[in-house]
Amino acid sequence: MHRFANPARFLKFARPATGWLLAIGLLLTAAGLIGGLTLTPPDYLQGETVRIMYVHVPAAWLGMAGWAGIAGASIAQLVWRHPLAAVGGRALAPAGATFAAICLLTGSIWGRPTWGTWWEWDGRLTSMLILFFLYLGYIALAGAERERGGEGRIAALFGLIGAINLPIIHYSVLWWRTLHQGQSIGVSGSSIDSSILWPLPLAALGFTCLFGAAVLMRMRAELAEAKVEARMRRAAAE
Amino acid sequence: MIARPKHQRLVLVVLALLAVLGAVLLAMWGLKDRAAYFYTPADVVAGKAVAGKAVRLGGMVERGSVKRDRDGVTTRFMVEDGEARVLVSYRGILPDLFREGSGVVAEGKLAPDQTFVADNILAKHDERYMPPELGNQAAEHKVGRTLKR
Repeated sequence: MHRFANPARFLKFARPATGWLLAIGLLLTAAGLIGGLTLTPPDYLQGETVRIMYVHVPAAWLGMAGWAGIAGASIAQLVWRHPLAAVGGRALAPAGATFAAICLLTGSIWGRPTWGTWWEWDGRLTSMLILFFLYLGYIALAGAERERGGEGRIAALFGLIGAINLPIIHYSVLWWRTLHQGQSIGVSGSSIDSSILWPLPLAALGFTCLFGAAVLMRMRAELAEAKVEARMRRAAAE
Repeated sequence: MIARPKHQRLVLVVLALLAVLGAVLLAMWGLKDRAAYFYTPADVVAGKAVAGKAVRLGGMVERGSVKRDRDGVTTRFMVEDGEARVLVSYRGILPDLFREGSGVVAEGKLAPDQTFVADNILAKHDERYMPPELGNQAAEHKVGRTLKR
Protein backbone atom coordinates (compact mmCIF):
# COMPACT_ATOMS: atom_id res chain seq x y z
CA MET A 1 0.00 0.00 0.00
CA HIS A 2 2.87 2.34 0.78
CA ARG A 3 3.99 1.87 -2.79
CA PHE A 4 1.11 4.17 -3.69
CA ALA A 5 2.16 6.88 -1.26
CA ASN A 6 3.60 8.46 -4.37
CA PRO A 7 0.64 9.79 -6.43
CA ALA A 8 2.59 9.42 -9.68
CA ARG A 9 2.99 5.70 -9.02
CA PHE A 10 -0.68 5.42 -8.12
CA LEU A 11 -1.71 7.17 -11.35
CA LYS A 12 0.45 4.83 -13.39
CA PHE A 13 -1.70 1.99 -12.07
CA ALA A 14 -5.02 3.85 -11.91
CA ARG A 15 -5.10 5.16 -15.48
CA PRO A 16 -5.25 1.79 -17.27
CA ALA A 17 -7.20 0.16 -14.41
CA THR A 18 -10.09 2.62 -14.85
CA GLY A 19 -10.65 1.61 -18.46
CA TRP A 20 -10.38 -2.11 -17.76
CA LEU A 21 -12.77 -1.96 -14.81
CA LEU A 22 -15.25 0.06 -16.84
CA ALA A 23 -15.18 -2.37 -19.78
CA ILE A 24 -15.35 -5.55 -17.69
CA GLY A 25 -17.99 -3.98 -15.44
CA LEU A 26 -20.25 -3.05 -18.34
CA LEU A 27 -19.91 -6.53 -19.87
CA LEU A 28 -20.64 -8.39 -16.62
CA THR A 29 -23.50 -6.05 -15.70
CA ALA A 30 -25.06 -6.53 -19.13
CA ALA A 31 -24.70 -10.31 -18.86
CA GLY A 32 -26.15 -10.36 -15.34
CA LEU A 33 -29.08 -8.10 -16.17
CA ILE A 34 -29.95 -9.82 -19.46
CA GLY A 35 -29.80 -13.16 -17.67
CA GLY A 36 -31.80 -11.90 -14.71
CA LEU A 37 -34.44 -10.06 -16.70
CA THR A 38 -35.04 -12.58 -19.48
CA LEU A 39 -33.57 -16.03 -18.84
CA THR A 40 -34.39 -16.93 -15.24
CA PRO A 41 -37.79 -18.27 -14.16
CA PRO A 42 -40.07 -16.14 -11.98
CA ASP A 43 -40.32 -16.92 -8.25
CA TYR A 44 -43.14 -19.21 -7.09
CA LEU A 45 -44.56 -16.55 -4.76
CA GLN A 46 -43.26 -13.17 -5.88
CA GLY A 47 -43.63 -13.79 -9.61
CA GLU A 48 -41.72 -11.37 -11.82
CA THR A 49 -40.90 -8.88 -9.04
CA VAL A 50 -38.11 -11.24 -7.95
CA ARG A 51 -36.02 -9.74 -10.78
CA ILE A 52 -35.53 -6.53 -8.78
CA MET A 53 -33.14 -8.64 -6.70
CA TYR A 54 -30.49 -8.55 -9.44
CA VAL A 55 -30.14 -4.81 -8.90
CA HIS A 56 -31.18 -4.52 -5.25
CA VAL A 57 -28.81 -7.08 -3.72
CA PRO A 58 -25.59 -5.94 -5.47
CA ALA A 59 -26.53 -2.33 -4.67
CA ALA A 60 -26.99 -3.22 -1.00
CA TRP A 61 -23.64 -5.04 -0.87
CA LEU A 62 -21.84 -2.15 -2.53
CA GLY A 63 -23.55 0.40 -0.32
CA MET A 64 -22.08 -1.45 2.65
CA ALA A 65 -18.75 -2.24 0.94
CA GLY A 66 -18.37 1.47 0.19
CA TRP A 67 -18.46 2.32 3.88
CA ALA A 68 -16.14 -0.58 4.70
CA GLY A 69 -13.76 1.05 2.21
CA ILE A 70 -14.19 4.42 3.90
CA ALA A 71 -13.41 2.78 7.24
CA GLY A 72 -10.27 1.22 5.76
CA ALA A 73 -9.20 4.56 4.29
CA SER A 74 -9.89 6.18 7.67
CA ILE A 75 -7.55 3.75 9.41
CA ALA A 76 -4.88 4.35 6.76
CA GLN A 77 -5.34 8.08 7.32
CA LEU A 78 -5.30 8.00 11.13
CA VAL A 79 -2.54 5.42 11.60
CA TRP A 80 -0.15 5.82 8.65
CA ARG A 81 -1.18 9.31 7.47
CA HIS A 82 -1.28 7.80 4.00
CA PRO A 83 -1.43 10.70 1.50
CA LEU A 84 -4.05 9.03 -0.69
CA ALA A 85 -6.32 7.86 2.14
CA ALA A 86 -8.36 11.06 2.41
CA VAL A 87 -8.61 11.27 -1.38
CA GLY A 88 -9.84 7.68 -1.45
CA GLY A 89 -12.40 8.28 1.29
CA ARG A 90 -13.81 11.31 -0.50
CA ALA A 91 -13.98 9.33 -3.77
CA LEU A 92 -15.72 6.33 -2.17
CA ALA A 93 -18.49 8.30 -0.48
CA PRO A 94 -20.58 9.49 -3.49
CA ALA A 95 -20.34 6.05 -5.16
CA GLY A 96 -21.39 4.29 -1.96
CA ALA A 97 -24.20 6.79 -1.37
CA THR A 98 -25.49 6.19 -4.90
CA PHE A 99 -25.63 2.44 -4.42
CA ALA A 100 -27.25 2.81 -0.99
CA ALA A 101 -29.89 5.02 -2.61
CA ILE A 102 -30.43 2.47 -5.42
CA CYS A 103 -30.83 -0.22 -2.76
CA LEU A 104 -33.43 1.83 -0.86
CA LEU A 105 -35.38 2.77 -4.01
CA THR A 106 -35.45 -0.71 -5.53
CA GLY A 107 -36.31 -2.19 -2.14
CA SER A 108 -39.24 0.18 -1.84
CA ILE A 109 -40.46 -0.70 -5.35
CA TRP A 110 -40.17 -4.40 -4.46
CA GLY A 111 -41.85 -3.96 -1.10
CA ARG A 112 -45.04 -2.45 -2.49
CA PRO A 113 -46.19 -5.55 -4.46
CA THR A 114 -44.57 -8.08 -2.11
CA TRP A 115 -45.29 -6.83 1.39
CA GLY A 116 -48.02 -4.37 0.51
CA THR A 117 -46.13 -1.28 1.69
CA TRP A 118 -43.55 1.14 0.28
CA TRP A 119 -41.79 1.64 3.56
CA GLU A 120 -41.83 0.24 7.08
CA TRP A 121 -39.60 1.23 9.99
CA ASP A 122 -38.19 -2.21 10.63
CA GLY A 123 -34.60 -2.88 11.70
CA ARG A 124 -33.12 -3.58 8.27
CA LEU A 125 -34.83 -0.75 6.39
CA THR A 126 -34.08 1.82 9.08
CA SER A 127 -30.41 0.88 9.46
CA MET A 128 -29.95 1.02 5.67
CA LEU A 129 -31.54 4.49 5.57
CA ILE A 130 -29.15 5.57 8.33
CA LEU A 131 -26.25 4.33 6.20
CA PHE A 132 -27.44 6.60 3.39
CA PHE A 133 -27.64 9.58 5.76
CA LEU A 134 -24.16 8.77 7.11
CA TYR A 135 -22.86 8.98 3.55
CA LEU A 136 -24.43 12.42 3.12
CA GLY A 137 -22.91 13.53 6.41
CA TYR A 138 -19.50 12.19 5.44
CA ILE A 139 -19.60 13.91 2.05
CA ALA A 140 -20.47 17.25 3.65
CA LEU A 141 -17.90 16.90 6.44
CA ALA A 142 -15.04 15.69 4.24
CA GLY A 143 -15.75 18.40 1.65
CA ALA A 144 -15.85 21.14 4.28
CA GLU A 145 -12.65 19.89 5.92
CA ARG A 146 -10.84 19.80 2.60
CA GLU A 147 -11.91 23.34 1.76
CA ARG A 148 -10.41 24.57 5.01
CA GLY A 149 -7.15 22.86 4.15
CA GLY A 150 -7.47 20.07 6.71
CA GLU A 151 -5.79 16.70 6.35
CA GLY A 152 -9.04 14.79 6.61
CA ARG A 153 -8.60 13.54 10.16
CA ILE A 154 -12.05 14.61 11.32
CA ALA A 155 -13.68 12.94 8.34
CA ALA A 156 -11.59 9.84 9.06
CA LEU A 157 -12.87 9.72 12.64
CA PHE A 158 -16.42 10.04 11.35
CA GLY A 159 -15.77 7.28 8.80
CA LEU A 160 -14.43 4.99 11.50
CA ILE A 161 -17.27 5.60 13.97
CA GLY A 162 -19.87 5.33 11.19
CA ALA A 163 -18.65 1.81 10.48
CA ILE A 164 -20.51 0.58 13.56
CA ASN A 165 -23.63 0.75 11.40
CA LEU A 166 -22.35 -2.10 9.21
CA PRO A 167 -22.74 -4.89 11.80
CA ILE A 168 -26.12 -3.40 12.72
CA ILE A 169 -27.30 -3.71 9.11
CA HIS A 170 -25.91 -7.23 8.82
CA TYR A 171 -27.27 -8.60 12.08
CA SER A 172 -30.56 -6.69 11.99
CA VAL A 173 -32.35 -9.50 10.16
CA LEU A 174 -30.59 -12.22 12.13
CA TRP A 175 -31.11 -10.98 15.66
CA TRP A 176 -34.18 -8.81 15.41
CA ARG A 177 -37.59 -9.73 14.14
CA THR A 178 -37.94 -7.69 10.97
CA LEU A 179 -40.32 -7.45 8.04
CA HIS A 180 -37.32 -7.85 5.76
CA GLN A 181 -36.53 -11.51 5.16
CA GLY A 182 -33.44 -13.10 6.64
CA GLN A 183 -30.29 -13.47 4.63
CA SER A 184 -30.54 -15.84 1.67
CA ILE A 185 -26.85 -16.15 0.90
CA GLY A 186 -24.52 -17.09 3.71
CA VAL A 187 -21.33 -19.05 4.21
CA SER A 188 -23.28 -22.31 4.36
CA GLY A 189 -24.91 -21.79 0.98
CA SER A 190 -27.95 -20.12 -0.47
CA SER A 191 -31.68 -20.57 -0.08
CA ILE A 192 -32.20 -19.15 -3.56
CA ASP A 193 -32.65 -21.89 -6.14
CA SER A 194 -29.67 -22.05 -8.52
CA SER A 195 -31.89 -21.46 -11.57
CA ILE A 196 -32.77 -18.03 -10.12
CA LEU A 197 -29.43 -17.34 -8.45
CA TRP A 198 -26.89 -17.57 -11.29
CA PRO A 199 -27.15 -14.03 -12.76
CA LEU A 200 -26.73 -12.49 -9.29
CA PRO A 201 -22.95 -13.01 -8.96
CA LEU A 202 -22.48 -11.72 -12.51
CA ALA A 203 -24.43 -8.55 -11.77
CA ALA A 204 -22.70 -8.14 -8.38
CA LEU A 205 -19.24 -8.47 -9.91
CA GLY A 206 -20.19 -6.12 -12.76
CA PHE A 207 -21.54 -3.49 -10.36
CA THR A 208 -18.38 -3.85 -8.26
CA CYS A 209 -16.16 -3.15 -11.29
CA LEU A 210 -18.25 -0.10 -12.20
CA PHE A 211 -18.01 1.06 -8.59
CA GLY A 212 -14.23 0.66 -8.69
CA ALA A 213 -14.00 2.56 -11.97
CA ALA A 214 -16.07 5.44 -10.57
CA VAL A 215 -13.87 5.63 -7.45
CA LEU A 216 -10.64 5.62 -9.48
CA MET A 217 -12.01 8.32 -11.77
CA ARG A 218 -12.86 10.55 -8.82
CA MET A 219 -9.46 9.98 -7.21
CA ARG A 220 -7.69 10.84 -10.45
CA ALA A 221 -9.84 13.94 -10.89
CA GLU A 222 -9.01 15.14 -7.38
CA LEU A 223 -5.28 14.52 -7.85
CA ALA A 224 -5.36 16.40 -11.15
CA GLU A 225 -7.20 19.25 -9.49
CA ALA A 226 -4.61 19.44 -6.71
CA LYS A 227 -1.85 19.51 -9.33
CA VAL A 228 -3.51 22.39 -11.20
CA GLU A 229 -3.99 24.31 -7.97
CA ALA A 230 -0.35 23.85 -7.00
CA ARG A 231 0.81 24.96 -10.44
CA MET A 232 -1.38 28.07 -10.33
CA ARG A 233 -0.11 28.95 -6.88
CA ARG A 234 3.46 28.65 -8.10
CA ALA A 235 2.66 30.77 -11.15
CA ALA A 236 1.06 33.45 -8.97
CA ALA A 237 4.11 33.53 -6.69
CA GLU A 238 6.53 34.11 -9.53
CA MET B 1 10.69 -2.47 21.76
CA ILE B 2 10.34 1.20 21.13
CA ALA B 3 6.73 2.24 20.60
CA ARG B 4 6.72 4.34 17.49
CA PRO B 5 3.86 6.85 17.15
CA LYS B 6 2.58 4.90 14.13
CA HIS B 7 2.26 1.74 16.22
CA GLN B 8 0.69 3.57 19.12
CA ARG B 9 -1.95 4.97 16.80
CA LEU B 10 -2.57 1.54 15.28
CA VAL B 11 -3.06 -0.03 18.68
CA LEU B 12 -5.33 2.84 19.70
CA VAL B 13 -7.48 2.55 16.58
CA VAL B 14 -7.78 -1.23 16.88
CA LEU B 15 -8.71 -0.99 20.57
CA ALA B 16 -11.27 1.73 19.84
CA LEU B 17 -12.80 -0.34 17.03
CA LEU B 18 -13.01 -3.47 19.19
CA ALA B 19 -14.60 -1.51 22.04
CA VAL B 20 -17.17 0.12 19.77
CA LEU B 21 -17.94 -3.15 18.00
CA GLY B 22 -18.40 -4.93 21.31
CA ALA B 23 -20.67 -2.16 22.58
CA VAL B 24 -22.81 -2.28 19.44
CA LEU B 25 -23.21 -6.04 19.41
CA LEU B 26 -24.07 -6.05 23.12
CA ALA B 27 -26.57 -3.23 22.62
CA MET B 28 -28.15 -5.00 19.67
CA TRP B 29 -28.43 -8.20 21.65
CA GLY B 30 -29.91 -6.30 24.58
CA LEU B 31 -32.39 -4.49 22.37
CA LYS B 32 -33.60 -7.73 20.80
CA ASP B 33 -37.09 -7.48 22.26
CA ARG B 34 -37.50 -3.73 21.87
CA ALA B 35 -36.21 -3.57 18.31
CA ALA B 36 -38.49 -6.42 17.21
CA TYR B 37 -40.80 -5.31 14.47
CA PHE B 38 -43.68 -7.49 15.63
CA TYR B 39 -44.91 -9.72 18.45
CA THR B 40 -45.20 -13.45 17.87
CA PRO B 41 -48.35 -15.37 18.80
CA ALA B 42 -46.40 -16.85 21.74
CA ASP B 43 -45.73 -13.29 22.99
CA VAL B 44 -49.42 -12.45 22.72
CA VAL B 45 -50.52 -15.59 24.57
CA ALA B 46 -47.93 -14.83 27.26
CA GLY B 47 -49.57 -11.42 27.68
CA LYS B 48 -46.70 -9.30 26.36
CA ALA B 49 -48.99 -7.37 24.00
CA VAL B 50 -51.30 -5.06 25.93
CA ALA B 51 -54.94 -5.23 24.81
CA GLY B 52 -56.16 -2.03 23.14
CA LYS B 53 -52.66 -0.80 22.26
CA ALA B 54 -51.60 -0.60 18.59
CA VAL B 55 -49.12 -3.42 17.95
CA ARG B 56 -48.00 -5.73 15.17
CA LEU B 57 -48.43 -9.47 15.19
CA GLY B 58 -46.26 -11.64 12.95
CA GLY B 59 -46.30 -15.34 12.17
CA MET B 60 -47.45 -17.95 9.72
CA VAL B 61 -51.00 -18.11 8.40
CA GLU B 62 -52.21 -21.48 9.62
CA ARG B 63 -53.20 -23.84 6.83
CA GLY B 64 -56.92 -24.26 6.36
CA SER B 65 -57.74 -21.49 8.82
CA VAL B 66 -58.61 -18.67 6.39
CA LYS B 67 -62.33 -17.99 6.39
CA ARG B 68 -64.26 -15.20 4.76
CA ASP B 69 -67.26 -13.69 6.52
CA ARG B 70 -70.65 -13.34 4.86
CA ASP B 71 -70.12 -9.62 4.31
CA GLY B 72 -67.41 -10.52 1.77
CA VAL B 73 -64.76 -8.13 3.09
CA THR B 74 -63.90 -9.53 6.51
CA THR B 75 -61.33 -12.32 6.67
CA ARG B 76 -60.54 -14.43 9.71
CA PHE B 77 -57.47 -16.61 10.05
CA MET B 78 -55.14 -18.06 12.64
CA VAL B 79 -51.57 -16.81 12.94
CA GLU B 80 -49.24 -19.38 14.47
CA ASP B 81 -45.55 -19.67 15.28
CA GLY B 82 -45.30 -23.35 16.20
CA GLU B 83 -45.89 -22.57 19.89
CA ALA B 84 -49.14 -20.64 19.99
CA ARG B 85 -51.90 -19.39 17.73
CA VAL B 86 -53.95 -16.20 17.66
CA LEU B 87 -57.15 -15.49 15.75
CA VAL B 88 -56.91 -12.44 13.49
CA SER B 89 -59.83 -10.67 11.90
CA TYR B 90 -59.26 -8.17 9.13
CA ARG B 91 -61.66 -6.03 7.11
CA GLY B 92 -60.16 -5.01 3.78
CA ILE B 93 -58.17 -6.14 0.79
CA LEU B 94 -55.43 -8.68 1.46
CA PRO B 95 -52.03 -8.33 -0.26
CA ASP B 96 -51.36 -10.58 -3.26
CA LEU B 97 -48.76 -12.62 -1.44
CA PHE B 98 -51.07 -13.46 1.45
CA ARG B 99 -51.11 -17.29 1.45
CA GLU B 100 -51.91 -20.04 3.87
CA GLY B 101 -48.67 -21.37 5.32
CA SER B 102 -46.88 -18.14 4.46
CA GLY B 103 -45.56 -15.33 6.64
CA VAL B 104 -47.75 -12.39 7.57
CA VAL B 105 -47.53 -9.26 9.71
CA ALA B 106 -50.82 -7.83 10.99
CA GLU B 107 -51.03 -4.28 12.33
CA GLY B 108 -53.85 -3.59 14.74
CA LYS B 109 -55.05 -4.08 18.28
CA LEU B 110 -55.67 -7.00 20.54
CA ALA B 111 -59.34 -7.11 21.54
CA PRO B 112 -60.26 -8.09 25.13
CA ASP B 113 -61.44 -11.49 23.87
CA GLN B 114 -57.88 -12.20 22.63
CA THR B 115 -58.73 -11.88 18.94
CA PHE B 116 -56.42 -9.59 17.03
CA VAL B 117 -58.33 -6.93 15.09
CA ALA B 118 -56.06 -5.90 12.23
CA ASP B 119 -56.38 -2.67 10.29
CA ASN B 120 -53.51 -3.49 7.94
CA ILE B 121 -52.01 -6.75 6.68
CA LEU B 122 -48.49 -7.06 5.28
CA ALA B 123 -47.29 -10.21 3.58
CA LYS B 124 -43.89 -11.33 4.81
CA HIS B 125 -41.65 -12.97 2.29
CA ASP B 126 -39.05 -15.46 3.45
CA GLU B 127 -35.50 -15.97 2.23
CA ARG B 128 -36.31 -18.88 -0.08
CA TYR B 129 -36.52 -18.13 -3.78
CA MET B 130 -37.39 -20.81 -6.32
CA PRO B 131 -39.07 -21.36 -9.66
CA PRO B 132 -42.82 -22.14 -9.63
CA GLU B 133 -42.60 -25.89 -10.26
CA LEU B 134 -40.17 -26.38 -7.33
CA GLY B 135 -41.84 -23.85 -5.09
CA ASN B 136 -45.28 -25.34 -5.17
CA GLN B 137 -43.95 -28.72 -4.05
CA ALA B 138 -41.77 -27.27 -1.35
CA ALA B 139 -44.51 -25.03 -0.03
CA GLU B 140 -46.55 -28.12 0.76
CA HIS B 141 -44.37 -29.35 3.60
CA LYS B 142 -41.78 -26.74 4.48
CA VAL B 143 -42.22 -23.89 6.89
CA GLY B 144 -39.87 -20.96 6.40
CA ARG B 145 -37.04 -20.42 8.87
CA THR B 146 -38.29 -16.85 9.02
CA LEU B 147 -40.43 -17.58 12.01
CA LYS B 148 -37.94 -19.24 14.26
CA ARG B 149 -36.25 -15.96 15.07
